[in-house]
Amino acid sequence: MSGTFVGMPAFPEAAHRAVGDRTLRGNLRHATHTIRAKRAGAVAELSDWAALREAGRQIKDHALRHLERCLVQLEDAVTAAGGVVHWAADAEEANRIVTGLVKATGESEVVKVKSMATQEIGLNEALEAAGIRAYETDLAELIVQLGKDRPSHILVPAIHRNRGEIRDIFRSEMGAWGRPAPEGLTDEPAELAEASRLHLREKFLRAKVGISGANFMVAETGTLVVVESEGNGRMCLTLPETLISVVGIEKIVPTWQDLEVFLQTLPRSSTAERMNPYTSMWTGTTDGDGPDTFHLVLLDNGRTDTLADPVGRQALRCIRCSACLNVCPVYERAGGHAYGSVYPGPIGAVLTPQLRGVQSPIDASLPYASSLCGACYEVCPVAIDIPEVLVHLRERVVQGGPVTRDGAKVILKPAKGHAAERAAMRAARWVLGHPGALRTGQRLASRARRYRPRTLPGPGRAWTASRDLPALPTEPFRDWWQRTHGEDHRPAGTEGNAG
Amino acid sequence: MSSRDLILGRVRRALADVRDDTPYEQAVGRDYLLRHGRLSAGETVDLLARNLADYRAIVHRTDVRELPGTIGRLLGAHGSRNVLVPPGLPPQWMPASGPARVQDRAESTPYDLDEVDSVVTGCAVAIAETGTLVLDGSPDQGRRRVTLVPDHHICVVRVPGQVVSSVPEALSRLVPARPLTWISGPSATSDIELDRVEGVHGPRTLEVVLVSEE
Ligand code: SF4
Repeated sequence: MSGTFVGMPAFPEAAHRAVGDRTLRGNLRHATHTIRAKRAGAVAELSDWAALREAGRQIKDHALRHLERCLVQLEDAVTAAGGVVHWAADAEEANRIVTGLVKATGESEVVKVKSMATQEIGLNEALEAAGIRAYETDLAELIVQLGKDRPSHILVPAIHRNRGEIRDIFRSEMGAWGRPAPEGLTDEPAELAEASRLHLREKFLRAKVGISGANFMVAETGTLVVVESEGNGRMCLTLPETLISVVGIEKIVPTWQDLEVFLQTLPRSSTAERMNPYTSMWTGTTDGDGPDTFHLVLLDNGRTDTLADPVGRQALRCIRCSACLNVCPVYERAGGHAYGSVYPGPIGAVLTPQLRGVQSPIDASLPYASSLCGACYEVCPVAIDIPEVLVHLRERVVQGGPVTRDGAKVILKPAKGHAAERAAMRAARWVLGHPGALRTGQRLASRARRYRPRTLPGPGRAWTASRDLPALPTEPFRDWWQRTHGEDHRPAGTEGNAG
Repeated sequence: MSSRDLILGRVRRALADVRDDTPYEQAVGRDYLLRHGRLSAGETVDLLARNLADYRAIVHRTDVRELPGTIGRLLGAHGSRNVLVPPGLPPQWMPASGPARVQDRAESTPYDLDEVDSVVTGCAVAIAETGTLVLDGSPDQGRRRVTLVPDHHICVVRVPGQVVSSVPEALSRLVPARPLTWISGPSATSDIELDRVEGVHGPRTLEVVLVSEE
């Protein structure tokens, strides 16, 4: 994973800042609670949800277990349908491939569909360095791009901005990127959406190159799937002459039929809709309809390293629905930026340290940015046991051990006494010092108890070095922490103003 | 070594611990439902109409004889000066008079399409449970772009023949090699404080005409 977020402070410092930002916290709480409630309703409509979830898990697991065969099959199918397949081992290679492809068209601007993979590799920055301007076309991504900001949520990246802030950004920044905001623009959502429509339409109509990711790739047929709401995706996938899709190798599903599972679980888990307004599917190129050149860039960038970890590999099942963010008491308080990666929230806390390694302070702190309450696991439509992976990664941070980096097995040193350990410890303290972030944990304590970390960082380590934490069968972790560490480890009066 | 070989080699080594010869058919338990609830054909069409309306599509019901009149009225009410019709749309669907007809030609640019007020298409299949229309680029539906750039889309669905209950039933009817567009209500965004706003880049108005087949 590239250094898109270079210079990020470790989780506890970043979270501390977020907690002090009232606007951000208010926006975030409103959003997560709204989506959470709606989602429960959308899921309840399907009586077979548990079976769909289990099928989703099995499909993804099968694809991952047979990834080599699936990828080769996909490559053949895409090629047969008129597409060109490229393989990128890391961010740098992916950026080089895409930049080269754009340059070959002679164009100096591209329109982009919201894509986490291209954010992960820092594609926009790489294109800019090559003199190519990349326009984000998803409304939230546009807000983030114009505001020179970072996304804070998988699904609604500008969730930390309220309407007044968005109006101000549009008024002051749109002109520098193209059509300026209309005179007298107010903060009405409909007006703001209209301003983005006008601003982007001129770009869509003249665009010769589109860049996208994909939600799914079907090995059997070579079909790519993009799920969206606004129609900006359709614009980028349909109008340009050249389409370049950068997709993580884990986005593969074996068969066409598998889509019947995810097209039911993804919309309901993410936007809480029966179905998102638009889904586009394309297989290579079609004469006279849509782009006549299609490039698929298959991205590794740490995914095969993640695959090598028998516990952590389940994170690759993620379909990026963002349901786990919206139920996470830690995310709600810390905000998406605190995770220092394009993947925030619970899934970010397990995916980022695996894609990037756990050596840096921010990455070492992420597995501790959780109350282990288990709510993320409960809502995950592909049943990723996030708490299990978090505990596993905590052990990696503290004890070190064998990991795979860039395809090679290496033995990780324990973080003991290093900046990484201090960051991890502070993250743990931050969570424990926010009773609100632990409240859900209490509710689900019985089921989550088995996830109690077997090894504690910092002061706790000496204690756990000689005994296993699970030897305390009934006492919840937070009670144990409070009892053994007392009040002095918790900032005074935290929850009222900081929770 | 090529990056392809490099990545595939990494995949192979990463999975060295995995022994899994389960054939795919057995690896995935498809215990979920093929559809939710047992509805008659008529009830399925009603559910489609309800779910389309729930996502702010405007639903009309008519029969084959009344269809041209209905379409003519909708175009008139929208104030359309011109209408784009895909080459394979049944000619008897359209009113004899009305707004000027526009063709989507290979040489037409997106700018030309931007001048179009309305577009009338058929569809490949409609999904009742989700309120979704699926277009597959057949001659009565045209290229993907014609239902995208103009601001007003009238989609004609033959009921009950083109209506299925569920997503699984729809997928089994579709041909993956075709470019597919699934449409559930008009373009929408919830990116600003989660307030839903219709019409960002796709058509702001989606009208669905359910035509009963005789
Ligand atoms: S981990 Fe699960 S819940 Fe979270 S984004 Fe991924 S699929 Fe959704």
